[in-house]
Amino acid sequence: MSDTQPILEVENLCTTFTRGGVALPAVRDVSFNVGKGEVLGLVGESGSGKSVTLRSILGLSRRYGDVTGSVKWMGQDIAQMPERKLRHIRGRDIAMIFQEPMTSLNPLLTVGLQLTETLKAHTDMGRAARRDRAIEMLDHVGIPAAASRLNEYPHQFSGGMRQRVMIAIALAASPKLLLADEPTTALDVTIQAQILDLILSLADELEMGVILVTHDLGVVAQTCKRAAVMYAGRVVEQGDVRQVLRAPRHPYTVGLMRSVPQDVPPRSQLYTVPGTPPSLEALPQGCAFAPRCQGRTEGCLVARPPLEAIAQGRSVACFNPVIDAQGAAA
Amino acid sequence: MAIIQYTLKRLLLMIPTFFLVMIIIFLLVRFLPGDPAIAIAGDRASDADLAAIRERLGLNQPLLVQFWLFVTNTLQGDLGRSILMRAPVTDIIFDRLPTTIFLTVYAVSLSLLIAGPLAFVAALNRNKWPDAVIRTVFQVGLSMPVFYIGLILLTFLAAQLRWFPVGGYGDTFIERLHHLFLPAVTVALYTSAIIMRNLRSAIIEVLDAEYVQFARAKGLPDRLVLGRHVLRNALISTVTLLGLSIGNLMSGTLVTETVFAVPGVGRLMLEAIFARDYPLIQGLTLTFAVLVSVVFLLTDLFQSTLDPRMRLT
Repeated sequence: MSDTQPILEVENLCTTFTRGGVALPAVRDVSFNVGKGEVLGLVGESGSGKSVTLRSILGLSRRYGDVTGSVKWMGQDIAQMPERKLRHIRGRDIAMIFQEPMTSLNPLLTVGLQLTETLKAHTDMGRAARRDRAIEMLDHVGIPAAASRLNEYPHQFSGGMRQRVMIAIALAASPKLLLADEPTTALDVTIQAQILDLILSLADELEMGVILVTHDLGVVAQTCKRAAVMYAGRVVEQGDVRQVLRAPRHPYTVGLMRSVPQDVPPRSQLYTVPGTPPSLEALPQGCAFAPRCQGRTEGCLVARPPLEAIAQGRSVACFNPVIDAQGAAA
Repeated sequence: MAIIQYTLKRLLLMIPTFFLVMIIIFLLVRFLPGDPAIAIAGDRASDADLAAIRERLGLNQPLLVQFWLFVTNTLQGDLGRSILMRAPVTDIIFDRLPTTIFLTVYAVSLSLLIAGPLAFVAALNRNKWPDAVIRTVFQVGLSMPVFYIGLILLTFLAAQLRWFPVGGYGDTFIERLHHLFLPAVTVALYTSAIIMRNLRSAIIEVLDAEYVQFARAKGLPDRLVLGRHVLRNALISTVTLLGLSIGNLMSGTLVTETVFAVPGVGRLMLEAIFARDYPLIQGLTLTFAVLVSVVFLLTDLFQSTLDPRMRLT
């Protein structure tokens, strides 16, 4: 648990898509909390359900699949809230930025319009005030000559600048929680650090909570207070970021940590977790990681280990948690 | 300013197009089977009469000379005299053209009125029953020939129920709307089917686009998400198709105007062809070419106002 009262409580969130009559459970029984101003890292490889989890929190998944469980925002369940009411929470209380700055801005509308329409939807600011606020936001996220760029279109911006624009749009209405879906994956390495710093300093300044989805453990180590590791749609381990990364208890987290090259001699073979993640159509009956797990037992193939607390604010979904794994120093 | 430059450039590009069109028109008419002299004087005319007619029409001159005359006269707005109507081709065409333009604009407006909302309903209810119903009905509409739909409408709505006149063309704007309703609907059923299908799939594609997800995540009301973010983007590909359909629709007026006895240039074209009225055929073909070029130009201009990325090129 976080030190502060949670603003977001996700409980038993399940999102299932149906393709060609086959159910694809993309998110299974995911539970976590985010406190005020807290940065939570959601880690896992592609297809582990991180993005879908974020989209389900904001109600963006419901038109594509079935969402169950509860998502409590400031104590109010928004998982089944009708679109009409939910839209007042989206953008104003909980904002989201997407992975791909190249495709996430509307190519036909000016950056200024895309920024001010958010303000128009959530505030009673006048036209001039919205414009001023838009310039202020663009300036704030580090776009030079912000006033002159309001009338420009997304294609006139570089990838990094577009990501800044998206952040400016998301934060325009001063949300209390930011869902950041791999915000730096599509960017150059040099820009990545800048954007992350920007998000974190803004979060700090606005006392805004952040759920940072990433597959980059380095990013998690640097930026997050707590981390949740996802595998095949489930949270398999969560807790304080130093504990999770230094002393991982779930065999999958151990594997992830060992996959990060550290102090390896040149030209040596890099470690990989053997096997591949299961396809959502044919999830194993027991633990989804069991087929790839070194320490599996008979029971792992039959029953699914529940996510259970093993210490204060620390939980693992494994029947045989690793005791003294060599995690990487964060 | 960029848009004016662009328009001027496009207009300049039309000059070679029209030159080519004129060559094709000229040659096509000359190589059509049949002799205009016989068409004018009748089967039993003497060889001397036929020779006199050919002399008068300049048909016995070398092809190049005939073409030169055709081009220079056309540039001066003189398309010759109609053999059939015994009047200047330009006058005849300008007399009939407004009717066809009215019918076309009418049909296009109806198509959009039908296709737009239905495409949205179908796309938003993708693979559910409203989508299935809409698509099936339009599929039937698409697979029936235009003249056949026209005849059915005429038989029921005009001849039996007498809701609409069987043919002709009114004097006032309202009368015209009434008179031309059946032909316009007939054409619109076909055109709207094409537009609806295209717009539906464009909307479905755009609905899943990241920027639409982002627009929703921003908490915009549905009406803005659909109207501003979805529709505009979906329209881009549909506008191109609409331009092409209007081109098609123009040649389609040959059939529609004949079935519904509308006195426009389409029916005139058919009459001219049967009468081997060379000057009239030439003039009309040129008119169609101009109209289609103008439609394409307007389409491209509309495209570039929709999509800022197209303005630079």
